[in-house]
Amino acid sequence: MRTLTDRALNLAKVQGASYADIRVIVRRTQGITVKNGVVEGLSDNESQGFGVRVVVDGAWGFASSAILTPAEVDRVTALAVQIARASAMFKVHDVDLGPPVAHVGSYRTPVEIDPWDVPLEQKLDLLLRAEEGLRTTPGVMVSSASVALWREEKLFANTEGAYVEQEIIESGGGITATAVDRQKGEVQKRSYPNAFARDQRQEGWEAILSMDLPGNAPRVGEEAVALLSADQCPSGVTTIILDATQLALQVHESCGHPIELDRVFGTEASYAGTSFLTPEKYGSFRYGSDIVNMTADATIPGGLGTFGWDDEGVPAQRVPIVRNGIFCGYLTSRETAQQLRDIVGDTAPEASGGAMRADGWNRIPIIRMTNVNLEPGEWEFDDLIADTDDGIYMEMNKSWSIDDKRLNFQFGTEIAYEIKNGKMGRMLKNATYTGITPQFWASCDAICNRDHWRVWGTPNCGKGQPGQSAHTGHGTAPARFRDIQVGMIK
Amino acid sequence: MLGERRLKELADGILARSTADQTEVVVLAGDTYLTRFANSTIHQNVAETDTEVRIRVVLGTRVGVATTNNLDDEALESTLENALSIARLQPENPDFKSLPGPQPLPDYSAFSQATAACTPEERAEGAGAICLMARDAGVVASGALTTSVLEVGVANSLGVFGRFSTTRAEISTVIMSDTSAGYASDMALDVSELDFEAIGREAVGKCLQSQNPRSIEPGEYTVVLEPYAVQDLIAMMTYTGFSAVAMQEGRSFMVGKIGEQIVDPRVSIWDDASDPRGLPLPFDFEGVPKQRVDLIEKGVARGVVYDSYRAGKEEGKASTGHALPAPNSFGPFPLNTFFGAGDATLEEMISSTERGLYITRFHYTRPAEPTKVVVTGMTRDGTFLIENGKIAYPVKNLRFTQSYLEALNHVEMIGRDYRLLSGMGGLGGTVQPALKLGGFTFTGATEF
Repeated sequence: MRTLTDRALNLAKVQGASYADIRVIVRRTQGITVKNGVVEGLSDNESQGFGVRVVVDGAWGFASSAILTPAEVDRVTALAVQIARASAMFKVHDVDLGPPVAHVGSYRTPVEIDPWDVPLEQKLDLLLRAEEGLRTTPGVMVSSASVALWREEKLFANTEGAYVEQEIIESGGGITATAVDRQKGEVQKRSYPNAFARDQRQEGWEAILSMDLPGNAPRVGEEAVALLSADQCPSGVTTIILDATQLALQVHESCGHPIELDRVFGTEASYAGTSFLTPEKYGSFRYGSDIVNMTADATIPGGLGTFGWDDEGVPAQRVPIVRNGIFCGYLTSRETAQQLRDIVGDTAPEASGGAMRADGWNRIPIIRMTNVNLEPGEWEFDDLIADTDDGIYMEMNKSWSIDDKRLNFQFGTEIAYEIKNGKMGRMLKNATYTGITPQFWASCDAICNRDHWRVWGTPNCGKGQPGQSAHTGHGTAPARFRDIQVGMIK
Repeated sequence: MLGERRLKELADGILARSTADQTEVVVLAGDTYLTRFANSTIHQNVAETDTEVRIRVVLGTRVGVATTNNLDDEALESTLENALSIARLQPENPDFKSLPGPQPLPDYSAFSQATAACTPEERAEGAGAICLMARDAGVVASGALTTSVLEVGVANSLGVFGRFSTTRAEISTVIMSDTSAGYASDMALDVSELDFEAIGREAVGKCLQSQNPRSIEPGEYTVVLEPYAVQDLIAMMTYTGFSAVAMQEGRSFMVGKIGEQIVDPRVSIWDDASDPRGLPLPFDFEGVPKQRVDLIEKGVARGVVYDSYRAGKEEGKASTGHALPAPNSFGPFPLNTFFGAGDATLEEMISSTERGLYITRFHYTRPAEPTKVVVTGMTRDGTFLIENGKIAYPVKNLRFTQSYLEALNHVEMIGRDYRLLSGMGGLGGTVQPALKLGGFTFTGATEF
């Protein structure tokens, strides 16, 4: 493989590239879905290819192909150079990548049980048992259990001397029960361990075993049916406590995305939008209350945003984002790190924070969340409930929406419980809450401690044109927020 | 692109070697180029060549799928063996009946040589024209121009063989000032039909017109929706209810309503992959010819779309030719959806509105309550107050929480002119007019 990568990089330089890199990737995935007693989908997929990124005449070009031959490497490299020259026709500034990146090494996700060593019969048996358990309660119309397994071997090399090889392994799984009341035309859903079919971790099959899908299935089915006769979440302004899974998505949407520095600089304006966290806010803007601390950490074991080096060859790092409520960090790339220093000066880091990742061989790296975490606080969960006179506890995301600068949001959860005089009471359905990001985080007055904290996986973060799906992690513990508008669905 | 001969050889080779009871080979080959711009320069510019081979095998009623993009004989053999071993290890699935048998396939051309031959320089010129227009107007352009060629081949051991190739060209742009934004997009088979200057003028004009927006209280408003916004009504109704899987799982808003009036009698929505006003597709990913399906006809719920698996679960049903590549958790899916036009112009919609909102498009919409198609989302890229029959001033963006079904029961006017817009997944598209609706509920506002 080194022969092919050297061939591409040397050819790029000969054809006028001031910088070039190449990624060669083999990705293997396996998906199994059991639904209503049958195996509805079972597939094994492999995709391989390479992509060459170049800077020529101060502008970017990229080309990629699934065909791994010297002739194709030549064609694709030349095409990347031609595309870069076309980009340069309308350039305003030259690309500035900052200090060179020349790391050499290898990284492999530590796993206990390689998911591809687990016999298929064992995987099917676990899912069939879990799915059957969902149907224990009559009224469950759709019962579903699934796993998603992932292995990506990638090689990165650039014209500055970097050569890193990585193997990333992930295991995801989950169960969902959907209950239907045909007379009322009502549908309710419960999921475990995370919303939308699964939680996912950079671990082996041990991650699936630790979920105990069969053990949790009967409860999940019962709750889906119980929701049909639960009271509607009332409308008003109240205190809410969010469970860790819902908070993970809250962090993802209202912190993770607006700190992507490429969004801040307008390069995502044509699709997902921009960000309210503009550079003059760096280091001084009150993002949340004093107890709110957030970190982007690409080194944390098991997180979906963990790696050895990003897709520019920059080592994984831990970057503070919010400290005692004050916004202090972005997710950066080589190029955006330089742009930030040009604006705010030496208070910005000298080099990239290592947040560039591409969804496969046929996509360019763009800034993606690593593991963006809300640091744990001091509270025991039971004490937090007992301390709350009047409020609503909301669990597990069901719907999400936010504006294109990441300010106004509205979320819905699968299930909620009224809190009255320090006790959890009646079940509530169709719970929703809405807010404006900094006002919301400013209202955070309690966060549970490390005993209740874990890293959750979001395996389907969409961004970019052409579209890319990233795997991101979010460490959270339950937290309380005051004076929040709830009950948007009447 | 493989071409018919090589594609057939590849598929026939796999079918011949397979020991399964039934075997299907789907080949998806594509060359895609995207020139992206932001801050009025081209900042990302990419190209991709890929060929995916999907092998589905059936042993009794046990189904396994394996895919690869390595076309070496050894890799294809190994992928076939993988699919077979997956199928062998499963329990029987009594819901699976059969892969489809052969049917006559329509033969029409949906291919533009100009799109296939479009060069990086030509794409840069198109994107650049919009960038320069924005710079001249003192605003900032972002957007994407895509040209692509796709070849689809489907073959199975029951005798199905179909191949078609198609092209697609799309331009979209968001133009921004410090206080406003405007949007425009267009799509065609033939890249030379895209008028970049007209798209640039539309978006720049909207951006300039919506500068310095004022705050406005949320509440219930009459709305005039451009086709970009109307597309979201189609998309959400499709996602929540127009597929047989949603019907069979009891969660579609169409459940128990077939034959009943569910929206205004002036509303008709249908899927028709043969209509050249869309981007035609002859057959689905099982090789079944695509049929026109009336989803809602004059306000009455008429039907949903099927693939062979979902049709096999209901007595007397046949595939309507809406399968996606198997295995498919989305279920059968309409890719060429039309919302029937009326006779009103946008100007007539505005002039007939005493007080309301003019909305260019919606952003980040999600179903908050799917069975009633209650959707939440934001307005974006050009939102204006209408007063006394005129656009009065631009307003800051609002959040809505609204049942789209209920909204379609308050239709006041339907536009005369269609717009073709890109649908989900890079194939097909939606064709829709503008709409004027009474009583749309806005539940929040943002700061810009």
